[in-house]
Amino acid sequence: MTNRSDAARPIGYRIADEGTQPEYLYPPYSSTVKRSPSQPLVRLPWSLSEVTGPLFGFDRIMANDFDLTKQHAGDPIGERIIVSGRVLDANARPVANTLVEIWQANAAGRYPHPRDDHDAPTDANFTGCGRTLTDADGRYRFVTIRPGEYPWRHHYNAWRPAHIHFSLFGPAIATRLVTQMYFPGDPLLEYDPMYTSIPDERARKRLVSAFDWETTIPEQALGYRFDIVLRGRDETPMESDR
Amino acid sequence: MNDEHPYTTSSQTVGPYLHIGMTWLVTDDLVGPGVTGDPYVIEGRVLDADGAPVDDALVETWQANAFGRYDHPDDRRDLPLESGFKGFGRVPTDASGRFRLRTIKPGPVPGADGAMQAPHINVTVFMRGMLKQLRTRIYFPDERANASDPVLATVPAERRETLIAKPVGAGQLQWNVVLQGEGETVFFDY
Repeated sequence: MTNRSDAARPIGYRIADEGTQPEYLYPPYSSTVKRSPSQPLVRLPWSLSEVTGPLFGFDRIMANDFDLTKQHAGDPIGERIIVSGRVLDANARPVANTLVEIWQANAAGRYPHPRDDHDAPTDANFTGCGRTLTDADGRYRFVTIRPGEYPWRHHYNAWRPAHIHFSLFGPAIATRLVTQMYFPGDPLLEYDPMYTSIPDERARKRLVSAFDWETTIPEQALGYRFDIVLRGRDETPMESDR
Repeated sequence: MNDEHPYTTSSQTVGPYLHIGMTWLVTDDLVGPGVTGDPYVIEGRVLDADGAPVDDALVETWQANAFGRYDHPDDRRDLPLESGFKGFGRVPTDASGRFRLRTIKPGPVPGADGAMQAPHINVTVFMRGMLKQLRTRIYFPDERANASDPVLATVPAERRETLIAKPVGAGQLQWNVVLQGEGETVFFDY
């Protein structure tokens, strides 16, 4: 009988659902052409190496890390927003106490980064970096400003839709996820090769946050909800040779 | 699969500005005070299909301690944990595509079906132009257990050496990530 304390036969994680994940090579996003492996990946059987991973605690998180509008002397320029949601696993269970890292452009679509030479103003009151831990129900919440769209020279007249980068760990290195959250109604999405790299259209749309009255603060900030699903543990452990 | 469950969120690239969100957790020296084990400096480069350096990659590592114990609740074996060693590393590449990490050689950990795995470091790589992470491993040179490692055994023999770091001095190892083409690193799916 298998259980998770059996070091020789740990329970693995479900493979991501069909069509939800981009391929490494996606020529419309041209940078993938020389940065994608040409050989097939080697499938690993589950061992402790893959079902464990780093866990982080509140000792690493500072009080204002979740509020990107309060990290400098003054208020950042732009529209204040609340970005919140739940982190679940694919078995619909909350992923508690897991690290969520975000980064984003300012309201003008400019990153405070040496490689961003877009001719748009920087904002000394906004550096666009946040992090938090989910609570016991898997909930997280950030206060930030709505990021601007920006040109990126990938193809003629290429503009990135407004987005916030998300990085999550979950319980194991197998559940690690880096993604981007988009905004509802953005006309740039269908022209964006990162967004269109996701084969399944419904999966793409799940990267688009939803306007949320519940978390909107009157006279203060609009709320956007973005739920995230990490891989869930395989609940049929005897099917170890799928 | 026909059961009802929430769908896994899609991966997207970290993009070129990953440093803004991820630098705070850079961990390039995993070896705290009083940690057991042989220290190694592992240095390498991330290279694209043309052999050009990738100057905007992020390399994350995860490993057991010198006793072969992962600092994680799922590893319930009766082996020591050390507070000075968490097992997580995170290093960005520099302008020449180079990364550098100081750690210790982990102990052996059990593999599938109980065959012991040779000491290895689990590696995850992110970069602009990569829509989802790549996963690989670093093995240690001159390690007899490599010959019986169940994972190395599943890798085509002619590609196995891409997973094994090269000694370049006392306590110094070199290990590159070649994304595509000649000498392409073996990447794993799990």
